[in-house]
Amino acid sequence: MSILERHTTPGQELPAPRRRPALRHRLLGNGLRPGYLTYGLLLAFFIGSAYPLWWSAVVGSRSNEALSLTWPPLFPGGNFWKNVAEVMDTIPFWTALWNSILISSIITVSVVMFSTLAGYAFAKLRFKGNNLLMVAVVATMAIPTQLGIIPLFMLMRTFGWTGEIGAVIVPTLVTAFGVFFMRQYLVDVIPDELIESARMDGANMIKTFWHVALPAARPAMAILSLFTFMSAWTDFLWPLLVLDAGNPTLQTALSQLQSNRYTDYSVVLTGAVLATIPLLILFAAAGKQLISGIMQGAVKG
Amino acid sequence: MTVTTKRPAAAAAPPQKIKPTFRQRLNVWDVKASPYLYISPFFLLFALVGLFPLIYTFWVSLHEWHLLKGQGEFVGLGNFADVLADRFFWNSLFNTMSIFLLSAIPQLAGALVIAAVLDQNIRAKTFWRMSVLLPYVVTPVAVALIFTNMFNEEHGLINSFLGNFGVDPIMWRTETFPSHVAIASMVNWRWTGYNALILLAAMQAVPRDIYESAALDGAGAVRRFFSITLPSIRPTMIFVVITSTIGGLQIFTEPRLFDPTFAGGPQRQFQTTVLYLWEMAFQRQDFGAASAIAWLLFLIIVLFGVLNLALSRRIASSDGRRQRRRPAAEGKH
Repeated sequence: MSILERHTTPGQELPAPRRRPALRHRLLGNGLRPGYLTYGLLLAFFIGSAYPLWWSAVVGSRSNEALSLTWPPLFPGGNFWKNVAEVMDTIPFWTALWNSILISSIITVSVVMFSTLAGYAFAKLRFKGNNLLMVAVVATMAIPTQLGIIPLFMLMRTFGWTGEIGAVIVPTLVTAFGVFFMRQYLVDVIPDELIESARMDGANMIKTFWHVALPAARPAMAILSLFTFMSAWTDFLWPLLVLDAGNPTLQTALSQLQSNRYTDYSVVLTGAVLATIPLLILFAAAGKQLISGIMQGAVKG
Repeated sequence: MTVTTKRPAAAAAPPQKIKPTFRQRLNVWDVKASPYLYISPFFLLFALVGLFPLIYTFWVSLHEWHLLKGQGEFVGLGNFADVLADRFFWNSLFNTMSIFLLSAIPQLAGALVIAAVLDQNIRAKTFWRMSVLLPYVVTPVAVALIFTNMFNEEHGLINSFLGNFGVDPIMWRTETFPSHVAIASMVNWRWTGYNALILLAAMQAVPRDIYESAALDGAGAVRRFFSITLPSIRPTMIFVVITSTIGGLQIFTEPRLFDPTFAGGPQRQFQTTVLYLWEMAFQRQDFGAASAIAWLLFLIIVLFGVLNLALSRRIASSDGRRQRRRPAAEGKH
């Protein structure tokens, strides 16, 4: 890079073979930094992404009167803690937060564990019906399981689980996408020789899985965990059906804020801010992995 | 590869005449049963929570079925006929389509622009990528609450902002089209950056020397984008369209929370099909009709999937024809 840049400095005679990279610079701007327009657009995207969040922080830290001003306020006010107290009075916030953490964690562990096991079997083990069963997995990926909510609701009622978080957890303990994702990853990443040599050394099947497949699968497991956690955390329709107002998830609790008879928007948006904070922390910690997961072709969970 | 695949077979079954020991039999059983053991949790659980509900939905849809009273008499396809005759079903379908189009098209266009900008050799790449992904970590419920506030008709941010320029307040919640725009903008805000990153990944896979030779031939940046970038990332664009179709046809959270009292507005001006299903099942307590809606929606989604697939195959084959023509054109030179 530095060599190329030195060669393109003006006033310096270019030796003939170096002409092509120089031309490339002029034509494409490769190596050269893009101009103000690019950064202006990037800044506009940034503001577009961040402003609604900022707005909810601004309103959430003021009172409802802030909304009736002709020019909306730009900065947060001093009402935040008062609004937080109001949120805590209206909804069982801590129960909801705990439920959401518990539900999303259990679902994540289960999905990742079962997906890795099944994905490994499909990718690396030979057994009768391998291909046919894999086709079945891909086909089930296309089925919107959301549409089975009525029998699922009846099932949960029969079990007597409605109102308990088990009813939210059980329907998403496995996903076809997870199996597919792990299979695609493991098929390339583990050399067959490695499995064979482990087998030769006398490791049985589960030991081979544990000592060979699992370490290799770790990066994909991390990405799958992130997406599974996110989709469990954001789920709304199903928890709304099977949980009641006293024992909600964060999402259903949040929606209660708005469905109260009078709507105090500053309190509603304080709730939105509070509910967004955990994911913002996750984003700050694992944003890079999230980006690389999406860019590797992870599908919406 | 071929050598290594033969080896375990030879090792596992040595040509022995003596009776295999217990240990050996255990080993054979281990090799044969393990794969099924590993995949069985997925299939068993999926059968219970995925397949069974879908099939049982059909069974319920053939009966009178009340939320609390349970199974009634067999009515055949009566529920389907009722739903198809209900103008609110068609209304919900229209709303779903309208919101879907208002979100899919701007989303794809916006994602393309963002991806093209991010594809340049910019400083602080990770920061800008994270900034476009930020909306994705805000949950749909929070997005709906924030945007419902911003689109408030009396003193929402958007109307008061427009009011400063002498624009009359827009009835974001009362009128059909504005309400669709408002709901679509919630979806767009959350997903555009996400889709941009998928498209960016595809753009980065395009070999740079194609751009170089096009530039040498005198193609400008815009021409290069339309003639090289877009055709190269077409499969990924189709993928984005298909996933956003499946998601878009099942939209529920945003319209549900846009008006907390009614299921999709007092005149159902933004009642989507899943919202209609929810209202039928849990407010009107008619599980039979709701199951019929679920199956109809399932068929529509399958139909869209097949349509998408056929369309993308046709695009792909026309692409192949063009590629076949290219060597001939070069031969003329």
